[in-house]
Amino acid sequence: MTFSVRAGLKKFNLEHHFEVKNIYEYYAKWIREGKLKVSSDWNKDLKIKFTVQDPCQIVRKSYGDPIAEDLRYVVKSVVGEENFIDMQPNRSNNFCCGGGGGFLQSGFKEQRLKYGELKDKQIKATGADYCIAGCHNCHAQIHELSEHYGGHYPVVHLWTLICLSLGILGPNEREYLGDDLKEVNVFHPETAM
Amino acid sequence: MNDEVIQLGGKKQRTFMDKVKEILPEGGNLNLCLTCGACSSGCPATGLDGMDPRKFLRMAALGLDEEIAKSDWPWMCTMCQRCIYVCPMQIDIPQLVYNARALRPREERPKGILGSCDMALRNASTSAMGTAPDDFVFVVEDVLEEYREAQPEFADMQAPIDKQGAEFFLNQNSREPVTEPDELVPLWKILHLAGADWTYGSEGWAGENYCMFLADNDSWEHVTKTTVNQANKLRVKTFLNTE
Repeated sequence: MTFSVRAGLKKFNLEHHFEVKNIYEYYAKWIREGKLKVSSDWNKDLKIKFTVQDPCQIVRKSYGDPIAEDLRYVVKSVVGEENFIDMQPNRSNNFCCGGGGGFLQSGFKEQRLKYGELKDKQIKATGADYCIAGCHNCHAQIHELSEHYGGHYPVVHLWTLICLSLGILGPNEREYLGDDLKEVNVFHPETAM
Repeated sequence: MNDEVIQLGGKKQRTFMDKVKEILPEGGNLNLCLTCGACSSGCPATGLDGMDPRKFLRMAALGLDEEIAKSDWPWMCTMCQRCIYVCPMQIDIPQLVYNARALRPREERPKGILGSCDMALRNASTSAMGTAPDDFVFVVEDVLEEYREAQPEFADMQAPIDKQGAEFFLNQNSREPVTEPDELVPLWKILHLAGADWTYGSEGWAGENYCMFLADNDSWEHVTKTTVNQANKLRVKTFLNTE
């Protein structure tokens, strides 16, 4: 979306009176400003390890390494610096997961999974328990890779972990957390459906 | 090895690559390839359908337009731009791929992408799932009310739609409102705690754009225009993407 709007505004010369931004930048800003009082204490003893996918559309294709740094700042703030492991290569040099460009809907499933093999290996090499994917296409693709290649690492949205670290993640907002985190720091557990 | 010798036409014709060069700034540097292979060696699509970025560019340079039009590879390249990033000559292979997608008639492009684009054209939501503006508004209001009650600390939480003059115009991937509405809530909570002044649009709220992937410029423009017009109308300062 970030890319289709930014590129579309330019390509079709559309009149507009706003800036186009991505929310990672604001997550980082709000944490730095103390508006989001996140804490990684929930993970101090659990020591669950996380890696993060740099979405091509947002990092390489739009805002470059500075937003990749914001993304890391947010992730480290919510899971603990010692519990974050970067993939190699990363940031603007990261590999696409294969969920972009319409590949998920193109019908070439076998080729799409083959494409994603590199990403799956990259994730497994980190030894992380979880992969964070901030983009829906990445999320769907990496989730499928995790099942297909047998890694079974859960793939989570960033907002889920931010709310977990704020102690405000309810029992019904945990669709993508693994069993190890379903019961951790639950907000209003009595509302479980 | 191919047994057949490839015949390069004798008379110089305007090729597919010539046409793409005309529409790209600096001609996309398409004739500057040093054949170093940095693109292909770091491309996850290398080897799919017997193709790789360098080979694809070479085919275009040789004017093998029919072969390019027949190839499914442009639909296996995600246009992630890693090839440009590592290319010493900044060759715009992804734009070559984008335009190669458009070589086939629209109705012969992959059904899934075509269907998602057509869904987005059905109504003003621009949702690839075809969800109508009313349904989106209903889901948002319903989920908000439920959570305000169930989690009293968030009794004042807002999820405004068409709020005039808000700082942020937020778009939303259709997956949450349509298939997993509880997943809408964490983002709303974050915005609430940060004190963000934000709004969705009843029109152009959907965050995905399959018309771009379809290489259908008119439809891409229509989808982007719908959402941009809504943001203009609401006089927001920032168009905020979650992805």
